Amino acid sequence: MAMNWFKYSSPSTFYPLASKMIPVFMTLAILLTLGGLYWGFFETPEVLSDQKQYYKIIYVHVASAWMAMWLYVVMVGWAVLGLIFNTRMSYIVASATAVTGAIMTALSLWTGAFWGQTSWGTWWDWDPRMTTQLILLFLYIGYIALQSAIEDTRRSDRASAVLAIVGLAIVPVIYYSINCPNPNECASLHQESSLKRIESNILIAMMVTVAGFWMYCFAVILMRVRNIILQRESHTQWVERLEVSK
Amino acid sequence: MSEFFAMGGYGFYVWSSMGMVLFLMLLEPIVLKVQHGRLIKYIQRQKRRQAARSNTPASASTAGQNES
Repeated sequence: MAMNWFKYSSPSTFYPLASKMIPVFMTLAILLTLGGLYWGFFETPEVLSDQKQYYKIIYVHVASAWMAMWLYVVMVGWAVLGLIFNTRMSYIVASATAVTGAIMTALSLWTGAFWGQTSWGTWWDWDPRMTTQLILLFLYIGYIALQSAIEDTRRSDRASAVLAIVGLAIVPVIYYSINCPNPNECASLHQESSLKRIESNILIAMMVTVAGFWMYCFAVILMRVRNIILQRESHTQWVERLEVSK
Repeated sequence: MSEFFAMGGYGFYVWSSMGMVLFLMLLEPIVLKVQHGRLIKYIQRQKRRQAARSNTPASASTAGQNES
């Protein structure tokens, strides 16, 4: 049976769906994040007794760094859908994703600085990974700034979507800055991504925390989507009916 | 317990990281929730204004004009 994918492309049908999903994602976010961190902090202390305790930053650092990168791809995906199908909802979701993406990028840089100070003895270095992550933060900020600089929403949606697509070039650079095929060719201070070498308890705790961060991002993005819908559609009859029925 | 918070001498680094994550990840949904409440209030006010306008015959002629 063919599903009508465009059913939820209208704000009036998407809004109630978002309202239903937010508590589900938020509950999952709290359970998974706290569960992952509990596992990481209390169930793994002995596995790496020789490892210094600052490695515990890994749980939130990796989770926020991954979300920063993935959310950019998600944002571009919605922007592309918006440009192709000219659906208002796609642009709304894209712009709702940008702020959370920027927050995640900032968190990854912040937690990375504290980790760097302990393990490398420096808060910051112009290493490929850190530099590209900083550029990612600027891209998010640029997207948000461009969108708010143009008053006409249709124009600002399209312009910022194009900017987001151009900025997509940074994502593979970020990825390969720590997943270099030949490590000898990449002079990076940041260690390689080495999931296979991580102790399994730590890996599980990390992955559960990452899942929690995904759920958190879904929840807050949907919360922001609802607010943007209300801002943009406050003059429409369906919004008025919606608030009457509450 | 204090040993747990000390993190083998790295407590400052671990808790500064965790603290900022907690702070921003609590702040973001709270700000969105407050913003949502304000928007709903604004829409309700707008609706009441429109209802009041359409109920008053004297101002009914201006009902078509937009106020914000």
